[in-house]
This record gives sequence, structure tokens and C-alpha cells, in this order.
Amino acid sequence: MTEILYDVIIIGSGPAGFSAAIYAVRSGRKTLLLSGVRWGGQLMLTTLVENYPGFPDGIQGPELMLNMRKQTERLGAEVVNADFEKADFSKKPFQVTAEGKIYRGKSVIIATGADSIWLNVPGEMQLRGKGVSTCATCDAFFFRGKNVVVVGGGDSAMEEALFLANVAKSVTIIHRRDKFRASHAMQQRVFNDGKIKVLWNKTVTAFLGAEKVTGVKLKDTVSGKETDFDTDGVFVAIGHKPNSDRFKGIELDKKGYIVRKEIPDEQGLLKFRSATSVPGVFVGGDVHDYRYKQAITAAAFGCMAALDADKWLMEQK
Amino acid sequence: MAEVMVTDSNFDDIVIKASAPVLVDFWAIWCGPCQIQNPILEELAKEYEGKVTIAKLNVDENPATSAKFSVMSIPTLMLFKGGQPVKQWIGVQAKDTLAFEIEKVLH
Repeated sequence: MTEILYDVIIIGSGPAGFSAAIYAVRSGRKTLLLSGVRWGGQLMLTTLVENYPGFPDGIQGPELMLNMRKQTERLGAEVVNADFEKADFSKKPFQVTAEGKIYRGKSVIIATGADSIWLNVPGEMQLRGKGVSTCATCDAFFFRGKNVVVVGGGDSAMEEALFLANVAKSVTIIHRRDKFRASHAMQQRVFNDGKIKVLWNKTVTAFLGAEKVTGVKLKDTVSGKETDFDTDGVFVAIGHKPNSDRFKGIELDKKGYIVRKEIPDEQGLLKFRSATSVPGVFVGGDVHDYRYKQAITAAAFGCMAALDADKWLMEQK
Repeated sequence: MAEVMVTDSNFDDIVIKASAPVLVDFWAIWCGPCQIQNPILEELAKEYEGKVTIAKLNVDENPATSAKFSVMSIPTLMLFKGGQPVKQWIGVQAKDTLAFEIEKVLH
């Protein structure tokens, strides 16, 4: 039995991964997408998406991802629900391991996205699912009529707070600085919401509670004073980190994002926009994008990576 | 056998008093990750037909049972044997992870 050799192996199943697979398979490339068990990426944790073109009334995030997956499979790409483990880019063809099985590909597209960052303070891991969460849209329901805390100061923290304000009795945003970095529009919505309060210049140093969350320990970043704050739930929204730590030999920037190498052709015009430091390995989506981080930009980056991989494969003979 | 829908009113009969192990999925219609978990559970229900009951409890419609087991995040999966929860998972779980624990309670 000969092992299958794929033209393109795509790692990741957010908008970048599925768009890459759609373009790769439509270029006639034998395409494998390793989706992971928890497939679908960050949009699986959202509700109504109103900024993805083509849906006049918006579309639910999970439904959009289900549609992308169906489209990808209908076009003939192979989608495997296996969790990626490691990649070996020192061999040709490249070897990608998922759940103990090795897949071989002539080219690889990394579209592993980014995951929520946790605070990494005492009590957090033990109380996950017991009042500590990173997904208001998943878990807000359990805090109907209760007091909750959101930790963070960016757009995602504002979104979580606004979503929770629909159901909770009160929402307190805890932020380590004296102003938010969220967009102006999101900040205004938060300040105009009567249920949301803000505690400035405070960091969470521990989660309190045994069976479930009962409060958080706070430290004032100015005075250094420590206080306990009672709450029924804590939603951590302090940002995301790129899922880039399992790609040996791929250059990362200081924050861990995969570095993109723009490769010009003989006339000095841009040939590959999505190349990485390893020829034949391309990148798309939030794992390399610290700036835009939208569903539509991730999809576009995935498309570029697939077009680049196709062109690169044509040149290899 | 397909999955069994359980409610606050029949939870005792179907899960607690059951002689065979029962895997309960606490879920809701609005929960994206629950939709990923579902096909995995359907496969398990087929493979363990007659040996293990795969039950689904809608947390929206059955708040009493969700509260009793302190479910505050979904999907939550709980494996019951002899009326007692013996294992709990929070978030989507792979088929192999669940099958591994099911095998342990069966033998």
C-alpha cells in the first residue's frame, strides 16, 4: 500500500483554512484539511456575524463555519477531524502528524489561528467551567440574574460585557490600565449600558471559591492594595495568542506570530505574499495576523496562501 | 439506537436508575461547540448500542438538572455509572477520549 501524497495539506479549520482548501481543490490540487476535533475556529464561539458580506441579515458564526465546511467537502477536499500534533519541514515531502498518523504533503498551509489567553493565576484552571470562562456566548445563559466580571480592555472584552449585560444582573469590567484599547464605538456602547461598571487599574491575582467561583482577588496597579471582589462568574477576555508553537524551523516574531516572507519575482514584483521562512510552507489567518483579525481577512489570507501554494507547486519540477 | 433525550422529569428514571452506564451531554441550541460534539455522540450511540446510553439534556428547558450538577459551561459531558457521575468533561471532546472512559466503566 502506498501512502497518499497530498499536493496541499492545510492545518486549521477557521475561515482561513476552509478558504485555502476551497481554492486549492478548485486548482485541481489533492487537498487535505486537518480540522482538529474542536473545528471551526473562533467563529464557533460567536453569535450573529454582521460584517461578513453576502448575508443581508447576518449569519450565526457556527452556521457560517458549517457552511464553509460543507462547501469545502462538496468540492472534494478531504477534511479530517484530527488534532494536529507536529510538523517536520526538514524532509521532502513534508510530514504532518495528527493524532499519531503521519500525512505527507508537497506543500503546507498553516492556518491554525489564535486562542484565548488565560490569566494563569491560582484557582483559574480548577474553576474553569465552574464560573470561569472565555466564552460569554457559550456560558452567559448560566449567569442569568447573577453578578459577573469581565477581565480585559479590548474589543473582545467589550463584546463579552455587552453580551453578558443582556442576561446578568450586573457586569463589572476589570482592567489593568486607566483606559481601554477597544474601538471608540465599542467603548461608547459599554459606557452607555447602565448594567456595566468599570474598575480601572486592577489586576486579578487569584480566583476564589472551591466548588464554584465566589470572587476574585484584586490588586490595585497604582496603590498596590489588595482587595477581594465577590462575583458569581468571571469571563477572561485579555486577548489571543497565535497557535504557532508546534512548527519547528518556522520563523516567528517576538510575539509568536508566524513571519511572512514576501518573495518578489525577477522583475521585483510581488510573487508570494504568504510565504514563510520555509519554501513550500505558506501561512494565512490569525496565526500570522496581529493587526486585522477578521473573518473576512482570514478568509482572504487563506485564499492567497492557496494561490501561492499552487503557483509554487507549478514551479517545482 | 439513537441518542435519548432526557429532561428534568425523566432524568432519574433514564440516568440515575439505569443499570448500564449513561453518557449525558448538557447542551443548548445556541451553543456552537455543542454542534461539533453532536455527530461524535451519534457515532458513539451507534457503536455502543445496547451497552451504553447516550443521553442529551437541553439546559434551556431543564434548568433543575443543570443546576443540580453545577453545570455552568456547555458542552459539559458527564458519564454516570450506578447513578453516580464518574467522569466529567467541559468543552468539546474527541471520540477516542470518550470511548476510552466508556471502555473503562464497561470492564
